[in-house]
Amino acid sequence: MRAEQISVFLENKAGRLAEVAAILTEADVNIRALALADTSDFGVLRLIVNDNQKAIQALKNRGFTVSKTDVVAVEVEDRPGGLNRILDILHQAGINVEYMYAFVQHSGKNAVMIFKIDAIDEAIKLLQKNNVTVIEGSKVYTM
Amino acid sequence: MILDIGFETMPREDLEAIILRRLKATINRVYANVPFYRKKFEENHIMPKDIKSLEDLKQIPFTTKADLRDNYPFGMFAVPMDNVVRIHASSGTTGQPTAVGYTARDINTWAELMARALAAGGATRGDIIHNAYGYGLFTGGLGVHYGAEKLGASVIPVSGGNTKRQIIIMKDFGPTILAATPSYTLHLAEVAEEMGVSFHDLKFKFGIFGAEPWSENMRQEIEHKLNITAVDIYGLSEIMGPGVAIECHEAKKGLHIFEDHFIPEIIDPETEEVLPYGETGELVFTTITKEAFPVIRYRTRDITSLNPEPCICGRTHIRMNRVTGRTDDMLIIRGVNVFPSQIESVLMEMDEVEPYYQLVVDREGNLDTLTVLVEVGERLFSDEVKVLQNMERKISNNIKEYLGVSAKVKLVEPKVIARSQGKAVRVIDNRKI
Ligand SMILES: [Zn+2]
Repeated sequence: MRAEQISVFLENKAGRLAEVAAILTEADVNIRALALADTSDFGVLRLIVNDNQKAIQALKNRGFTVSKTDVVAVEVEDRPGGLNRILDILHQAGINVEYMYAFVQHSGKNAVMIFKIDAIDEAIKLLQKNNVTVIEGSKVYTM
Repeated sequence: MILDIGFETMPREDLEAIILRRLKATINRVYANVPFYRKKFEENHIMPKDIKSLEDLKQIPFTTKADLRDNYPFGMFAVPMDNVVRIHASSGTTGQPTAVGYTARDINTWAELMARALAAGGATRGDIIHNAYGYGLFTGGLGVHYGAEKLGASVIPVSGGNTKRQIIIMKDFGPTILAATPSYTLHLAEVAEEMGVSFHDLKFKFGIFGAEPWSENMRQEIEHKLNITAVDIYGLSEIMGPGVAIECHEAKKGLHIFEDHFIPEIIDPETEEVLPYGETGELVFTTITKEAFPVIRYRTRDITSLNPEPCICGRTHIRMNRVTGRTDDMLIIRGVNVFPSQIESVLMEMDEVEPYYQLVVDREGNLDTLTVLVEVGERLFSDEVKVLQNMERKISNNIKEYLGVSAKVKLVEPKVIARSQGKAVRVIDNRKI
């Protein structure tokens, strides 16, 4: 039930983000979700794309440092408290969320969020037990 | 393999007798033929006949890079241009270049010493040598080339640059010895990896690396990545070119100086006092067989120490330790002496860090600031910002701990730090003093 995210190291200067987008477009890769975490000097760009292999190869060829990370894609009910409920479930089990970001696409009437969690398998089981929909990786890439 | 058993393993007593005889002849020749030296000797009331022992060399004043520049291009040549068959020039990294000349006999001596050096580094006549040192005014390419031919090995004169083609040649020709600068070697390893070529599938056995300071850690990295034995070679155009000193592959612990041709000394760069064996200071050379361009007590600005202990390889020639920096590379940051090679050692001790770094020195108000740019490779990278920030802190703490200087560490994308085909640009000093 895991999904794979690719992470890219970027220096914090104008045009780097646009360059990544251009390289992926050129390689015929679609970006499904994207989040940038940055400091004054550098940033880490996190991406969910439709073709990981192609994206990684294209970025590496252009000299970027790229890695793959396992994440979880979860449906979040599109109503007040939807996200809180999920965070509560994880928090009470003592599971730490490293970061999260929203998916561009909706799944039906629900929003989709990506979570980076250390105890990933434990978290997936726990969420499913609490009737939270965890989306299969293969489905995430083509949403 | 020891190529010249007679000279390379000669008992010290006999060797020193030859050195003295050759020194006296050189002093006579420069006094007679080079106005610069005659004037210097006369100003210091020294006559060639005053040099009776090796100890007497200390009376003679030093020759500096500035002296060579003042006499640019040919003012220091000791033979008429008719007898000069080759001219090389050193890169003018600190301003005007300097020119050096060779007679036919000098070229032959150089080839012999370079052949000795290649043999000490593991090469035999059956080897194929991939020579990636630059051919041209720089002495690296042609120096190694002539030595390889003198040894009887096959040499591929590939020179620097066009890295992808170099990897293809390595695959097709199967060279067994690599001669290159250490920084270019790591670049070769990187490009090979990008091309899906593993050095473990190539035929290399030994590598002979020099022309820039490198560290023991860098040696381990190169040996590991290229699956070879790596030795250090030393030389500079003012003395001859590559092949002034070489590490034997048996010990890999310091470079044997070909003392039957060059006399080394170590001095304190500030006081100019000659230091005893083992102490670190500036390396000074006197050439004792060069015809066209002899130099007397030339200050190389390279920082090292001398080790007179016998070596397991059987050579009796003294060893110089790895050059750890240059007197003119030395940065003084808030009163602390810092050599780029020391920063490199700190970085290389950390498994996650690639050996690509650059030091940027600025002055903010009256305060010097040191920024260390470190490339983020796959081993260092994390998708979590706080892991990267911790790494910046860890590098900074290690630098503070080992060198006693505060540095800001900045992570940068790969290849931001200029990968020169020859020497890597390690320091950018923006201070206007
Ligand atoms: Zn030895």
